[in-house]
Amino acid sequence: MGFFATILILVIALGFTWRYLGSYMAAVFDGRVHFLGFVERPIYRLLKTSPEQEQTWKRYAGAMIIFSFVSLVFTYAILRLQGSLPLNPQHLGAVGPALSFNTASSFVTNTNWQNYGGETAMSYFSQMGSLTVQQFVSPAVGIAAAIVLVRGFSRRKSATIGNFWVDITRCLFYVLLPIAFVAGIVIVAQGAVQTLAGTVTIHDSLNGVTQTIPRGPAGFMGSIMQLGTNGGGFFNVDLAHPFENPTAFTDLLYIWLTLSIPVALTYTFGKMVGSIKHGAALLAVVVILFGSWVAFTSYSEHQNNPAVVAAGIHSTVGNAEGKEVRFGDTTSALFNVSMTQTSDGAVDSATDSYNPIGGLGPLTGMMLGEVTPGGTGSGLYTLLIYAIIAVFIGGLMIGRTPEYLGKKIQAREVKLAGLGALVMPMTVLILTALAVSLAVGRAGPLNAGPHGFSEILYALTSQGNNNGSAMAGLTGNTPFYNVIGAIDMLIGRFGIIIPALALGGILAEKDVVPEGLGTFRTHNPMFVGLTIGVILIIGGLTFFPAISLGPIVEQLSHLRFF
Amino acid sequence: MTTVINETTPDASGHGVAQARGLFDGPILRQALKDSFTKLDPRVQVKNPVMFVVLVGSIIALFEAFAHPGTFTWSITVWLLLTVLFANFAEAMAEGRGKAQAETLRKMRSETEARRLLPDGSEELVPAAELSKGDLVVCEANDVIPSDGEIIEGIASVDESAITGESAPVIRESGGDRSAVTGGTKVLSDRIVVRITAERGHTFIDRMITLVEGANRQKTPNEIALTILLAVLTIVFIPVVVTLVPFANFAHGSVSVVVLIALLVCLIPTTIGALLSAIGIAGMDRLVQRNVLAMSGRAVEAAGDVQVLLLDKTGTITLGNRMASHFYPVSGHSEQEVADVAQLASLADETPEGRSIVVLAKELFDIRERHLEGDHAFVPFTATTRMSGLDMGPRQIRKGAGDSVKRWVTEQGGTVPSDLDAIVERVSREGSTPLVVVDGVDILGVIELKDVVKQGIREKFEEMRQMGIRTVMITGDNPLTAAAIAQEAGVDDFLAEATPEAKMALIKKEQEGGKLVAMTGDGTNDAPALAQADVGVAMNTGTTAAKEAGNMVDLDSNPTKLLDIVEIGKQLLITRGSLTTFSIANDIAKYFAIIPALFAFAYGDHLQALNVMKLHSPQSAVLSAVIFNALVIVALIPLALRGVKFRAANSTAILRRNVLIYGVGGIIVPFVFIKLIDLILVALHAY
Repeated sequence: MGFFATILILVIALGFTWRYLGSYMAAVFDGRVHFLGFVERPIYRLLKTSPEQEQTWKRYAGAMIIFSFVSLVFTYAILRLQGSLPLNPQHLGAVGPALSFNTASSFVTNTNWQNYGGETAMSYFSQMGSLTVQQFVSPAVGIAAAIVLVRGFSRRKSATIGNFWVDITRCLFYVLLPIAFVAGIVIVAQGAVQTLAGTVTIHDSLNGVTQTIPRGPAGFMGSIMQLGTNGGGFFNVDLAHPFENPTAFTDLLYIWLTLSIPVALTYTFGKMVGSIKHGAALLAVVVILFGSWVAFTSYSEHQNNPAVVAAGIHSTVGNAEGKEVRFGDTTSALFNVSMTQTSDGAVDSATDSYNPIGGLGPLTGMMLGEVTPGGTGSGLYTLLIYAIIAVFIGGLMIGRTPEYLGKKIQAREVKLAGLGALVMPMTVLILTALAVSLAVGRAGPLNAGPHGFSEILYALTSQGNNNGSAMAGLTGNTPFYNVIGAIDMLIGRFGIIIPALALGGILAEKDVVPEGLGTFRTHNPMFVGLTIGVILIIGGLTFFPAISLGPIVEQLSHLRFF
Repeated sequence: MTTVINETTPDASGHGVAQARGLFDGPILRQALKDSFTKLDPRVQVKNPVMFVVLVGSIIALFEAFAHPGTFTWSITVWLLLTVLFANFAEAMAEGRGKAQAETLRKMRSETEARRLLPDGSEELVPAAELSKGDLVVCEANDVIPSDGEIIEGIASVDESAITGESAPVIRESGGDRSAVTGGTKVLSDRIVVRITAERGHTFIDRMITLVEGANRQKTPNEIALTILLAVLTIVFIPVVVTLVPFANFAHGSVSVVVLIALLVCLIPTTIGALLSAIGIAGMDRLVQRNVLAMSGRAVEAAGDVQVLLLDKTGTITLGNRMASHFYPVSGHSEQEVADVAQLASLADETPEGRSIVVLAKELFDIRERHLEGDHAFVPFTATTRMSGLDMGPRQIRKGAGDSVKRWVTEQGGTVPSDLDAIVERVSREGSTPLVVVDGVDILGVIELKDVVKQGIREKFEEMRQMGIRTVMITGDNPLTAAAIAQEAGVDDFLAEATPEAKMALIKKEQEGGKLVAMTGDGTNDAPALAQADVGVAMNTGTTAAKEAGNMVDLDSNPTKLLDIVEIGKQLLITRGSLTTFSIANDIAKYFAIIPALFAFAYGDHLQALNVMKLHSPQSAVLSAVIFNALVIVALIPLALRGVKFRAANSTAILRRNVLIYGVGGIIVPFVFIKLIDLILVALHAY
C-alpha cells in the first residue's frame, strides 16, 4: 500500500473521528450521556459526590492532585512489592527504588517513559494492575483538565467548573474503556499476543540454541496505551514487536487510536463553546504543523543514510536501518511523528538510527510543547494556552484589549498562560544542562559529540513533555537519570495542568463580551497563522541554540542538509 | 433664540495648555538626554523587567571589559549600555512633552492671591494655596479665580483660555449648569462670589499637572498584562542562554560571557520593553494635544474597547443651529413671494437661523439684502409671541411658529389657508422646524428650517460601523423627528424624547450585554450617566458635578471629539501590539547572526552554514546584532510617540495590515540591517 493511500485512509478516518467522537465527548462531559448510569451512580455514592456537586477550580485541582498523588504512591508500592504479589510466573523480583519512582511518575503523568524492558522487569500484575490502570486514569485526568479549560470559555459568571470525580468517571466509562475494548479485540484478532501464561522456551535443534520467548497480555495493553497517548508498551522494543504490532493494519490502527482523542477534542472544544468554527481553527493549526512535520520527517527518512552511502552502498528503500520492513521508511516516519506530536511516545522504529534531520522531526515535535494534536487533553489545554498568547498579541494589533471567545484576556490570564508556556522549556533546558555537566549524566549517552548531546536532550525533552518517546542510545536506568527524569515528568505535567485549571476557573468567572465587527476573529486563517507563529516562535526560539549543538550541527557535518 | 457665546472651534489646539510641539523639540530633547542618565537608577529600572535585565547584563559586561579589555568586549559593553540609555531616552522624550506643559500650569497656580470673604462681609487677602473647601472668595474684573469653585452670586464673563486655549470669553453665572469656574481662569467683567469646591492640591489644574507630567503614572491594566508577557519572554530566555555554557562545554568548547549577554539582550523583547512606557505616556499626550484630559489611563484603554457610542444630537451629529432649506408656498402664492417676505422678516434677525433665511433667498431667487428706507421697526422674538419680524409703516411682516401665527391671523380677522396645516405637518415629520411667514393677515407659506447634519459625520459613522461600534443618537426631539435625523445622519439607533433616566437605563442595558459604552454630557443631570458609562466625556463648559462624574474632560467642549478619543484609544493598543510583534519577530534574524558566531568552535565550524547573512566574522556578527538591537529602539521612538497609523476598517483588515508590516516586516528588516551594519563595520576596518 502506497504511503499516500495510508495518509488518505488516515485523514478520512480522522475526519469522521473528529466530527463524531468530538461531539460524543461534548455530550459526555455536558452530562447528556447516561447509558451506563447503573455503573456511574454507585461510584458517585461511594465517593460521596454527585454531578450536581460542582467544584471551584481550586477544589478541582486539589482533588486532581490528591488523586495523582495516591496513584503515584500506589504504583510505586506495587512495583516495590512485585516479588510478593501474584501473577508473576517469571518470579521477577522487586523493582529498584529509583526505577520505581521514575516509572510511577512516568505512568501517573501519562508519559510512559520506560527505563526498563517490560518483558524482563515487570510481572503481569505490575503491567496490568498498576501500569495499565494508570494508562486509563492518567489520560482521563488530562482530558478532565482540558474540559475544565473549555468550560472556562463556555461558562459565564460561574464560580464552579465541574466535578473532578464525575469527569474522570465519565471519561473512563463512556470514552476510554469502550473504545479500548473494541480496539483490543481487533488487535488481538490481527495476531497480537494476549495471554497470562509465562514465557515459552523453544529449542532450535537445527542451530543447537535454546530461545526464551516472552509473551503476555500485550494486545489489550497496546490498545489503551495508544488510545490514551500513553506509549508504554509491554515489550522493550514497543510497537516494533510483531507480538504487539503484528501487521501493517494494526500499525495504522495504532496511529489512528493515538490521534483520535486529541484530534476529536478540538471538535469537543468547538461544540462546547458553541462555535464549531473555533474548533476547526484549532484543528487547522494541528493539521498544518502535523502535516509539515510528517512531510519533513518522511522525506528525510526516504533518503539514504549518509553513513551507509559513505560505505558505498546505495539503498532503494530509504534509510532502512532500525526500521521494520513490514512498515517501511515513510510509514515508520509517519508513526514516529504521530507519537511525538501526541504525548504517546511509542515507536515502531529506532529513532536513534534516523538520519540526523529525520531525528530532528520527532525531537522538535515534542519541543513545540506537543500541541499538534498533543496528548489526550494535555494537547488541547497546552494549545489553548498558546492560543491565548496569540490572542493577546494579535488582539492588541486591532486596537482592542484582547478577548478570546468573548473572554477578556487580562493580566491574570497572561500570567497563567505565560507560566504554562514557560515551565516546560525551562525545566528541560535546566535539567539537560545538569545532565551534561555532571559525570553521572555524561556517562549516559552511547555516542560522543553532537549525537550524544541529542540523546540526552531527547530523553529530557521527551520526559518534560510527558511523551515517553525514547531515542535510545541513552542508558537511562541509573539513579541519576531515574530521579531527574521523574522530576522532569512531574514538573512537565503538573506545572502546566495547574495553570490550565486556574485559567479555566478565572475564565469561567468572567462575563462574555458580545462579538462585533471590531472583535478579533479567532476562527479565521489569520488566527491560525498567528497561533502557529506563537507555537513556532516560543518553541523554536527557546530550543534553537540547543538543537544547533545537536542534530543540526551533526547533519551539517555531513556537508549537506538533507 | 439664545446666542451661543462660548461656541468654540473644534480645532483649538495650538494655544493654551496643549501647545503643539514638534516631535523633537529642542529644549525637550536636551532635557531628555539628561534624564536618560538619571533614569539609570536601579530603583527606576527595576520597574521595567526587560530593561533591568539589560542593565544587569551591561554591568556584568562592564566588569568583563575591565578584566579582559579588548576592542570587541568594550564595543559590546558600550552598545549594551547605549541600549539602556536609548530606552531611558524614549521614556524621557515622552515625559518631556508633558513636563513642559506642566511647568506653564504650575506658574499659573503659584502666583494667584485670593480675596477671601469673611462671615462679617469683610475681605482678606490670602495666597490661593491656603484656601480650603467651603471658603467664599470674591472675584472682580481682571482677578484670577484662585481655585475651583461654584458661583453662588453674580454673573461674569470669564477668560478660560489658560485652560482651553480658546480666546473667546464665556459666561458663568450662579445657579444652573454654568455655575462652575476653574482655578487659574480670569474674570473679565462684573463681580462674582465663588464657593471653593476643591481641596488644596486637588484642583483641576493640580490634576492636569499630574496628568500631563506623567509623574507617578499608574500602569494601565493592559499595560500590566503586556509587561507580564514581556517578563515571561525575558525569564524564559535566561535559562536558554545560561544553559549554553554547559552545552558548549559538552561540545569541548567555551563561550564568552560577553557574547552570551549579547545574545540574551538580543533575544529578550528589548524593543517593546524600551518603548512600552513611552507609548503609554505618548497616548495620553495625544489626548492632551487634542484638548482632552483623561483622568486615568484606564479610560483611554476602555475607549479603544468601546462598542456603543451615545451621542447627543445637537452639537455632535447636527450643527447647533438649524438652517433654512426650502420655501413652501400655500395655494395662491409663489415660492418667490414667500422667499421675498421671509427675507424681509429676517433682515434684522442676527441668529444663525435668521441669517440662513437671507442666504437661502439670495441663493434661490437672487433676492439681495435690501437697505430699508423710511419708517420701519424690527420686532424681536419673544417667548410670549414666538414670532419676530418687521413693521414697515402699516405693513406688518412676521415669521413664527405655526399655531402662534395662526392665532395672530385669526385675531386680526384673517383666514388660515386650508393647505397650511398639511405643509406644516409634513415639514415636522421630516425632522425640520416649520416657520410660517405672514404679511399682514395674508399667510404666504412656510420656511423649512432644517437640522443640518454635520458634514462628513455620516462617513465617520460608517467607519465606526466598520470597526464594530454602534452609534446611538440621543435627542429630546419627538420620535418622528428623531427618526428622520437618525436616518439622514446614518446612526444605528436613536433614543428620542430622552430623559436622564432613559439615558441611564440605555447605558445599563447595553452594559448588561457586556458592551462598553461611551458618552458625552455636560449637565448636572448627566452626571449619573457619565459615571455609569465606561468612557464618560464631560464638556469643560459643563457643571462641576458632570466633570467629576466623567473620566475625561474635553476642554473644547466639542462632543464630536468622542470619535477621536475612540481612535486614540485604539491607536494606543495597536502601537503596543505591533511593536511587540516586531520585537519578537526580530529574534529570528538575531539567532542567525549570533548562533553560528557563538558556536564557531563546535565540531569543525559546520554551523557556519547557518550564517545565511554571510557576516564577516563571529565578532562583527555579534556586534552587528547588538548595534541593530540598540539602534532600532531609537529608530522607533517617533513611531512610539506618534502612534501606529490608524485606519478605520474591520478587525481582519487591520490585523492583516499590521501582521504584514510588523510581523513579516519584523522578520525581514533585521536581516537587511544587520548585514548592512556588518558591511559598515568591515568598511571601517573595525573587524
